[in-house]
Amino acid sequence: MKKNKAIKIIGISSYIIFLILSYIFNFNPGKKIGNNFFIFSIDMLKILPPAFILIGLFEIWVKRETVEKHFGEASGIKGYILAILLASTTVGGLYVAFPVAYSLNSKGAKLSVIFTYIGASAICRIPMTIFEASFLGIKFTSIRLIVSISLVIITSIFLSNYLTKKGYNITEGK
Amino acid sequence: MYFLYIITGLALIASFIADKKKTFKAIKMGYKKFVNILPPFLIMLILVSVILFLVPDRVISNYLGVSHKFYGFLFAIFFGSITLMPGFIAYPLCGILLQKGVPYMTLSAFSTTLMMVGILTFPIEKEYFGTKVTIIRNLISLGIAIAVALVTGIFFNELF
Repeated sequence: MKKNKAIKIIGISSYIIFLILSYIFNFNPGKKIGNNFFIFSIDMLKILPPAFILIGLFEIWVKRETVEKHFGEASGIKGYILAILLASTTVGGLYVAFPVAYSLNSKGAKLSVIFTYIGASAICRIPMTIFEASFLGIKFTSIRLIVSISLVIITSIFLSNYLTKKGYNITEGK
Repeated sequence: MYFLYIITGLALIASFIADKKKTFKAIKMGYKKFVNILPPFLIMLILVSVILFLVPDRVISNYLGVSHKFYGFLFAIFFGSITLMPGFIAYPLCGILLQKGVPYMTLSAFSTTLMMVGILTFPIEKEYFGTKVTIIRNLISLGIAIAVALVTGIFFNELF
């Protein structure tokens, strides 16, 4: 574990040094990489702080029973529908969906609903879907949504059954 | 995007009116979670910046547009899996490729793997769900993306 950390720190520092040197010596590939880095960082820094404040509020205010009722073992098909609706309004992408899914699970949402939520937030966020349809057509987008959402639900159920059998627990996943 | 700020603002105000102490606790909790996940985020951003330099749009559009349909399809899966792009870059690119004559099936393989298969988000996903589950979930996503692309190919009469 310690060795891993050392590698990470060395990697990150050499990346930063490389960027600084590239700017000093006007090394174009390095400057392009730096630009990419800044563009994406700013993009995510716009989304992450409010997203994590919402996650904090969720953790403090929403009762475990409420999450269990809507997303838990007894939620049935409603849990999947709610997960997809929640996913369609998720901003950003997978990198926001992971912490949300984690919080939901720690409050009692079942695994299959969690995986459905993650999968759905990759494929059916509303602004993205509208954008896609305007470039590739409604037929293309409808096929993609119908096939991918049904497969996401089915595979989520299989995956969660498999993991439950293996005694998997998200909080121990780390 | 503004939607997110409005919702967060309203939620904060409502929470503040209901209970000051709890609100600060929530902000602190969110902040702690945010800081904890920053190192993997940094790694992801570094990977993204390097990959997007190595594989610019021009390269992707060259490979997806190869004359042999099957190879184009494989390249689409490959590039879609290893890169990460926001929709406002990816879909216009797909639109251009479509006009160039790239099949819907290939574009479907590209855009679906782009969204679902996250090799670059691996450092973050692993932090929450562990390495094993992250690998399984991404393999399943790859399978789903291929299935979606094939069905798209059938409906657009491109498969044979």
